[in-house]
Amino acid sequence: MSFVKPKFRHPDLPLNEVGYSRADYEGVLSTLCAGCGHDSVSGAIVSACFEMNLEPHRVAKLSGIGCSSKTPAYFLSNSHGFNSVHGRMPSVATGANLANRDLMYLGISGDGDSASIGMGQFVHAIRRNLNITYILMNNGCYGLTKGQDSATADVGSVNKSGHANQFAAIDMAGLALEMGATFVARSFSGDKEQLVPLIKAAMSHPGFALIDVISPCVTFNNNPGSTKSYDYTREHIEATAAVDYVPFKEEITAAYAEGEVLDVALHDGSYIQLSKLAPNWNPFDRIGAINRVHEAKVKNEILTGLIFIDQDHPDLHQMLDTTATPLNQLPQALLIPGPEVLEAVNRAGR
Amino acid sequence: MKATDIQNPEYFHKVVDCQYACPAHTPVPEYIRLIAAGKYSEAYMINWESNVFPGVLGRTCDRPCEPACRRGRVEEQPVAICRLKRVAADFKDDVSDRIPKGPFPKNGKRVALIGGGPASLTVARDLAPLGYEIDLFDNQQAGGGMMRSQIPSFRLPASVLDEEVGYIENMGISTHYNTHVSSLKAVLDKGYDAIFVGTGAPKGRDLPEVPGRSEVSANVYVGIQWLASVAFGHTTKIGKKVLVLGGGNTAMDCCRTARRLGGEDVKVVVRSPFSEMKASPWEIEDAQHEDIPFYNCHVPKSFVVENGQLKGMTFEIVAAVYDENGRRSLKPTGEPDVFFEADDVLIAVGQENSFPWIERDLGITFDKWDTPQLDKVTFQSSNPKVFFGGDAALGPKNVITAVAQGHQAAVSIDLFCNGASLHERPSPFTNLIHQKMGIHEWIYDSAVVEDQRYKVPHAEKKIALTDRKLEVELGFDPEVAFREAQRCLNCDVQTVFNTSRCIECDACVDVCPTTCITFTENGEEEDLRTRLNAPANDLSQDLYVSDPLKTMRVMVKDENVCLHCGLCAERCPTAAWDMQKYLYNVTKAGAIRYA
Repeated sequence: MSFVKPKFRHPDLPLNEVGYSRADYEGVLSTLCAGCGHDSVSGAIVSACFEMNLEPHRVAKLSGIGCSSKTPAYFLSNSHGFNSVHGRMPSVATGANLANRDLMYLGISGDGDSASIGMGQFVHAIRRNLNITYILMNNGCYGLTKGQDSATADVGSVNKSGHANQFAAIDMAGLALEMGATFVARSFSGDKEQLVPLIKAAMSHPGFALIDVISPCVTFNNNPGSTKSYDYTREHIEATAAVDYVPFKEEITAAYAEGEVLDVALHDGSYIQLSKLAPNWNPFDRIGAINRVHEAKVKNEILTGLIFIDQDHPDLHQMLDTTATPLNQLPQALLIPGPEVLEAVNRAGR
Repeated sequence: MKATDIQNPEYFHKVVDCQYACPAHTPVPEYIRLIAAGKYSEAYMINWESNVFPGVLGRTCDRPCEPACRRGRVEEQPVAICRLKRVAADFKDDVSDRIPKGPFPKNGKRVALIGGGPASLTVARDLAPLGYEIDLFDNQQAGGGMMRSQIPSFRLPASVLDEEVGYIENMGISTHYNTHVSSLKAVLDKGYDAIFVGTGAPKGRDLPEVPGRSEVSANVYVGIQWLASVAFGHTTKIGKKVLVLGGGNTAMDCCRTARRLGGEDVKVVVRSPFSEMKASPWEIEDAQHEDIPFYNCHVPKSFVVENGQLKGMTFEIVAAVYDENGRRSLKPTGEPDVFFEADDVLIAVGQENSFPWIERDLGITFDKWDTPQLDKVTFQSSNPKVFFGGDAALGPKNVITAVAQGHQAAVSIDLFCNGASLHERPSPFTNLIHQKMGIHEWIYDSAVVEDQRYKVPHAEKKIALTDRKLEVELGFDPEVAFREAQRCLNCDVQTVFNTSRCIECDACVDVCPTTCITFTENGEEEDLRTRLNAPANDLSQDLYVSDPLKTMRVMVKDENVCLHCGLCAERCPTAAWDMQKYLYNVTKAGAIRYA
């Protein structure tokens, strides 16, 4: 087994606008099972960050525990990273974000980490509209402990041992919609054409952006009867729209008939171009989105694409009216103003 | 695109760039792996079977394999393939018991070989074990042809040549050295079943048109004749000031030999610009290392002679000018002519075929350049009994080309003598074997090392220049040879894709270090090349295209910079990718059986 990836790269690979090659966004060689969906998600993150011309040191990646939470080792080796306690990534991310709002936060979690042990943390991060891209690698099982059903396993889904799950599944995208998430998307690790632009859009979104990525566990949940296998996902996938992320410098060149294409301008000047596949679909309509998610569940469809977006909701910093300067750049006198200021604050509250 | 037919023996052959570029198609990665494993004798035999003169070629080959080497496309320098071949020759055990030894039971057919160089000796080696009675004629005192007369001993020691020529002489062939053949008709009249002409390109070009040339007879020599005279010990000295005209490998051999025979001020004077000199870069480098200056864009204008004595030469300064078709012409710059003093001048400006000994009424058609018209596949002339090979066939090339042509001529002669069609050539021997050795483990060393090319040590210049027989290159020692061998990317271990097993998980795409693999909608090649994950601009490198997958996409792999690291197969959950070692061997006369 190889543990080291050869250093040679394709000699004709282009550099991006900030002078980095795709290799500069890679990590070490994955130790996950061969064919794990998570590796494809890692690959999509590498592509997205390269194409967005991000400087790797401007990104912080945080994760909890699980196969999914191992993946930050496999991408963005030149970025900041924090591998936190099981299910506690959202609170660590909240702290980091409050301390330094200048970084881009990439939270990596799995269905065990977010839908079971970390459920409380997950929903509160949404409530606060923490500015983070939250990628949930969802395989419906606990892969690291040999494939027990997770809280996102569908009722009736059969795991590798032949056992069918009896408990209701938590739909993480639906839950996020209920909790007021401002960017909700779902995708599939095997569809980079959709996943990469969604990651780019999520990273441009000023607030909590969830991408629930169906990412098959090739070892424990890729058997017939599983509803999170490669085959099942491909057979049941439905998309709200074809997604294309357009950086602000580019002009729209593709011609579409009116009503078929929707441009969603993002606050950083870029926009998402959505080629609608479903008629009467409106990405700004939360109630419609909730209905659509429920409908898809009834029809055994896996609804993917951008489900909902609301860019006008203030994020946590705006709500708390925090300083615009990262704490590590504040002078000592401002950061710790001293007992007199504390006394004044206390006095004002009496 | 249509799905790639990997059953076609040429598809994977082409992926092994070095082997494909080699005229004799020696299985390079196979012997390099054996060298790394310390199995020098086995590595030698793979070479011997394919190119007949591994020790000679490991020192003197033109190395068409090295510019083709994939390693040179992902880093600066290719693998030192040629010098690794020498390692096999240097460190092998006694291999005489592995080499067929005559006399062999005769098949009643007689073949005459005219010329004793690499082409003829190859024909002899291929045909003798099949029972052919071989008569080899050469005007030199020993076998080897230009390998003996033109390659100086400081590049190729006589002992190495003697050993490898000896293996063939011991096959029970009749050698007639010191025998000048002055009439092909006389040979034909002896009733041979076939005649092979491997007389090389023995005529060195002179410069009769340069003024003053006719006034000097002494002190001006034609390079290849002078080298032969040195090789056979007739010439042992040269003047202190020597001019060598020409920019090819013969010129390099001339100037370096001159340095060893007393030349102190040896200059190489070349018409063309430095970058367009024909000599191999490493030979130019070696000449420069021996303090030999190069004067480029100097065209010989006259020999300066006083009282019948050569004083030097004048040269016109030119510049290379290119027309819109890229054709070069040398235009005088108008600068004043240059005069170089010289005691001796060596002319090494090319060599030609020469067939004054072939009567023109024997049914052999000659073209307007006075070279025989040949079938380029069978090497048969218009007289069906007469075959050509080596420099005598299609003009001056190199030793490895002569060997390759010798093999093909031998196949033709064998078919001809058996009354078979010469165009029904035997298929190549091929073999494709799994390299799996447990989960995610391969039989071959799949890890890609990052070492740069290792330098071959040289003998100390001071000593080397005093003895023309002292070999300059010392060869790799086993340890460095191992490290150099590890630089080989094992291009013969093929990435074989099985469409029906693929679940399209993208693992191979994500892990591939050189972004070779893309899953996409099919299209015409021109269109597909623009849609791959990495630019696929090298049109000489094929795209490996699968049958349609479940999603109706296809797998497209650009073979160009694949490292053959096996990561795609390691990361494949369903073994849709497999690493399989491909052996390709050109079939020799009589369809020799392979291990």
